[in-house]
Amino acid sequence: MNRRDPLQAPRPVMIGLLLVAVAYLGVMLMLPLAAVFVEALRNGWEAAREAIVEPDALAAIRLTLTVAAISVPCNLVFGVASAWLIAKHDFRGKELLLTLIDLPFSVSPVVAGLIYILIYGAHGWFGPWLEAHGITVVFATPGIVMATIFVTFPFVTRELVPLMIAQGRAEEEAALSLGASGWQTFTRVTLPNIRWGLLYGVLLTNARAMGEFGAVSVVSGHIRGETNTMPLHVEVLYNEYNFVAAFSVAALLALLALVTLILKSYLEWHHRDALAASGH
Amino acid sequence: MTITIDNIGRRFGNYPALNGVSLDLPEGEFVALLGPSGSGKTTLLRIIAGLEYAEQGHIAFGGQDVTDMPVQHRGIGFVFQQYALFRHMTVAKNIAFGLDVLPRKQRPPKAEIDKRIEELLELVQLPGLGNRYPSQLSGGQRQRVALARALARNPRILLLDEPVGALDAKVRRELRRALRQIHDRLGITSIFVTHDREEAFALADRVAILNLGKIEQFATPAEIERAPANAFVRDFITDEPEAERAAG
Repeated sequence: MNRRDPLQAPRPVMIGLLLVAVAYLGVMLMLPLAAVFVEALRNGWEAAREAIVEPDALAAIRLTLTVAAISVPCNLVFGVASAWLIAKHDFRGKELLLTLIDLPFSVSPVVAGLIYILIYGAHGWFGPWLEAHGITVVFATPGIVMATIFVTFPFVTRELVPLMIAQGRAEEEAALSLGASGWQTFTRVTLPNIRWGLLYGVLLTNARAMGEFGAVSVVSGHIRGETNTMPLHVEVLYNEYNFVAAFSVAALLALLALVTLILKSYLEWHHRDALAASGH
Repeated sequence: MTITIDNIGRRFGNYPALNGVSLDLPEGEFVALLGPSGSGKTTLLRIIAGLEYAEQGHIAFGGQDVTDMPVQHRGIGFVFQQYALFRHMTVAKNIAFGLDVLPRKQRPPKAEIDKRIEELLELVQLPGLGNRYPSQLSGGQRQRVALARALARNPRILLLDEPVGALDAKVRRELRRALRQIHDRLGITSIFVTHDREEAFALADRVAILNLGKIEQFATPAEIERAPANAFVRDFITDEPEAERAAG
């Protein structure tokens, strides 16, 4: 007797869909990713290594890591605070706030970059004042950090709001009725309940912060060894027909993203019992 | 601890959830707030707990006005219909929560907390389940854990919001019996909310019947049955309770 699960599609359909999925992923995702590594290693490991330890490349790596190290924690704090406010409180203008937080998803990153030039650039609204006080924002690290924060700030909030709404307020109410202060309730009940969603939001934020091109490209000014992040450095090398170097830095960037994904998978595997028990 | 509810009022928008409710509960009594849905019984319970505010009126525990006292300081235990256990903590950690959040100076030493957890697990008839997570327990067991958790700090008053409402008929009866036994053993003034007449009459020393944000009658079950205060009460108590119908 060969009976099948009534809720599963017939076998040929399943196999067909699976093949389509694999082919699609292969062409759109795996092949380009593999190509990056192949191109990077075209002239061997040594050439790839040299392209990465070269001073301008090192400066770009350092800048990218610095920008991520500042923008990710900023958006972590802002994301948790805004998600908590939106999911656990009733107030007027809640929808408006959510729409505003989504803005970076709908506005082109290039526009985001231009806005910062318009506001903080030499001829911008605050340009003269900033210059008089010796503060450079545009074409320097502060501008790059701000542009990165702009494009990455919806990730944590967007990840947490549906999760926190689904969890409701009952556990918080229970904590308060048991004598916990507001802060104790937040740190002992709210935060632990959202930790996996939060981790995922942070990883997404980090991946995007390290990889952002458009907005950063506008505010960076492309000063080699100073204001070029890794994606910008890749572009510069590519435009100079230095393909091996360009792909080597690109491969490193891809690896950084893979490391965060592996880290996430490891954490999920390491805490699988707690995850299963808490019903995530 | 006596509870004095004096002329409590609360609106949601234009809808008056509670309309000048007053009740006096003597020390150690087990009282049911009974009424159809929308009668304001849960709102009243949450106002007594400090989880909602009242727009008018006062609440006093043992003669002390607690109307403006935050929920944390009222010394109440609250049991939620849907348990509201901390899903990321073990049963033992759940029960110990109220003690763990005490300031260091008032917090009992760890050995004492562990002893208290054992005692409470014994009281709610779940010995040895301290290391489980809430998701590994049945509904009835979860509500017993929630009860143990609410009792950990020796509350002056125990408030229960439809404590057996989410459970099936058999577990419901067992837990009801356990609730009454625990109340009699500890003697804490307790209020529970229910929409089930049979449950209220079987369990409570006195029953407050609410309708549209007002108390229709507050008396012992026998008294209510002998002399219903008005037509609403008479209708409400003679209708076959839905739990019985559901159980067939």
